[in-house]
Amino acid sequence: MFDRVRVGGFLAVAPIVLILGVLIVLPLATVIAGALAGGWFALVALAGDPAVRAAVRLSMVVALAAVVVNASFGLLAGWTIAKYRFPGKALLITLIDAPLTVSPVIAGLAVVATFGERTPAGGWLAAHGVHVAFAPLGIALATTLVTFPYVARAVIAQLSAQGRVLEEAALGLGASAWQTFRLVTVPVARASFLNGLLICNARALGEFGAVSVVSGNVRGLTQTIPLSFADLYNDARSEAAFALAAGLALVAIVLALTARALARHAAAKGLLT
Amino acid sequence: MKRDPIPGRTVALAATATVVALVVVIPLAAVVWSAHGVTPERLRALLLAPRTLAAFGLTLGAAALASAIDVVLGLWAAWVLSAPGLPGRALLDALVDLPFALPTAVAGLTLSTLYGPHGWLGAPLLAHGIAVAYTPLGIVLALAFVGLPFVVRTVQPALADLPRDLHDAASGLGASAVGVALRVTIPLALPALATGFALALARTIGEYGSVVFIAGNFPGRTEIVPLLILTHLEEYDQAGAAVLATVMLLVALALILAINALQRRIVRVQAGV
Repeated sequence: MFDRVRVGGFLAVAPIVLILGVLIVLPLATVIAGALAGGWFALVALAGDPAVRAAVRLSMVVALAAVVVNASFGLLAGWTIAKYRFPGKALLITLIDAPLTVSPVIAGLAVVATFGERTPAGGWLAAHGVHVAFAPLGIALATTLVTFPYVARAVIAQLSAQGRVLEEAALGLGASAWQTFRLVTVPVARASFLNGLLICNARALGEFGAVSVVSGNVRGLTQTIPLSFADLYNDARSEAAFALAAGLALVAIVLALTARALARHAAAKGLLT
Repeated sequence: MKRDPIPGRTVALAATATVVALVVVIPLAAVVWSAHGVTPERLRALLLAPRTLAAFGLTLGAAALASAIDVVLGLWAAWVLSAPGLPGRALLDALVDLPFALPTAVAGLTLSTLYGPHGWLGAPLLAHGIAVAYTPLGIVLALAFVGLPFVVRTVQPALADLPRDLHDAASGLGASAVGVALRVTIPLALPALATGFALALARTIGEYGSVVFIAGNFPGRTEIVPLLILTHLEEYDQAGAAVLATVMLLVALALILAINALQRRIVRVQAGV
């Protein structure tokens, strides 16, 4: 009896483990093998390539801009949605989540449609020397749109589960709304805030579809890391492409694992549900 | 009971709504607006063009098929992960997040290499007459890869919440493990499975980065809608791109409404109503 259960359990578990192995582990192994195929020489040459360095710099600046905007908004949205009652709350949440369902290509198109040189806003800005579409500013905007929901969703979920008891206590003790937000709500939201921020950062560094539309793809000027390795790959420099892709993958995976560890730590302490 | 004892509602709500309007609503509305110059004849010609119809058929079909595959694999994986005492469970659980953590362009580069004519999996498959890269099969595989975490992470908590006594009663009454799965677990997890399917569909329908490398992008055969939008834009046909994007936004809207309805249902099921 005992053995039958064991054998049955193994037959139920083994195939899916194998399938997940093929579906998920093999791609990961492919990135690593591809990156190491060129040897250390290729990696060093890549680090010295001015176009690659420019791409890394642009990706970092763009990700920083997106994270700053979306993290600030995440705290604001968490406070507003979790602590107040108002009509249209469901609609507001749906709009915040919308970028998760919108194709990144459409997010890029949205920036072109709003700030292209032939639009009123884009034309006015261009006349004042500010270029958005096909420039770093547009790349940052498109990336912000695509990664908009991550911090907000996490913070809203945590603060909603928390209720308003702490805030009401702080207000009862004479704190202002701003003091309550800053000294009570923000510290309470820390776990979900950091979690969302790390995911947002990883997504922003790796954003490809939206940036492809809005970038103009000028090497050394408007190429981010993903555009840069896509370009290298299409130029049949696949060793360099894989080295750069593996570097990006490593950063994204470390960010995701850190987010995961933080979430588990917070859950163990009862901060996250 | 006091209503809204926390002051500052108007300011917080106004600030939140302003950011949502600036980052999400206005840019997406600008996409729809920029389609307005298209004449009815041009609209008909564009939407009924064989190339457009093929792209929509491929995009919706491949996303639906990939999400269906994800439902089967995701349920299986979630069930295995819920089994206590499985060796390596933590590692398997972390692996499930990988497709979400991996930047889409890295996934695209990797999958097209792995399943390409010289890849670890692509070469043996091709030797057996199965071409994956540059075919719709490759697109389905890439989308199934990307969508899998959404199903697992939706179904996992639902399985954990299932009343254990139902399961025990069924096996106590003599049902086999498969019988319990088919007659108790799956029916109870159905709302979560449907939500997981819808979330995977929402993610995969607009997917760009992980697909374009493996798709080969032959017009009418392996060209997805997001790429077709980009092609129109590169040919200076922004209105045409906007028309296609508007159709995609309507599909996304329908999916969001479906997901919201499903999630309300799950809450009701959990509350036992």
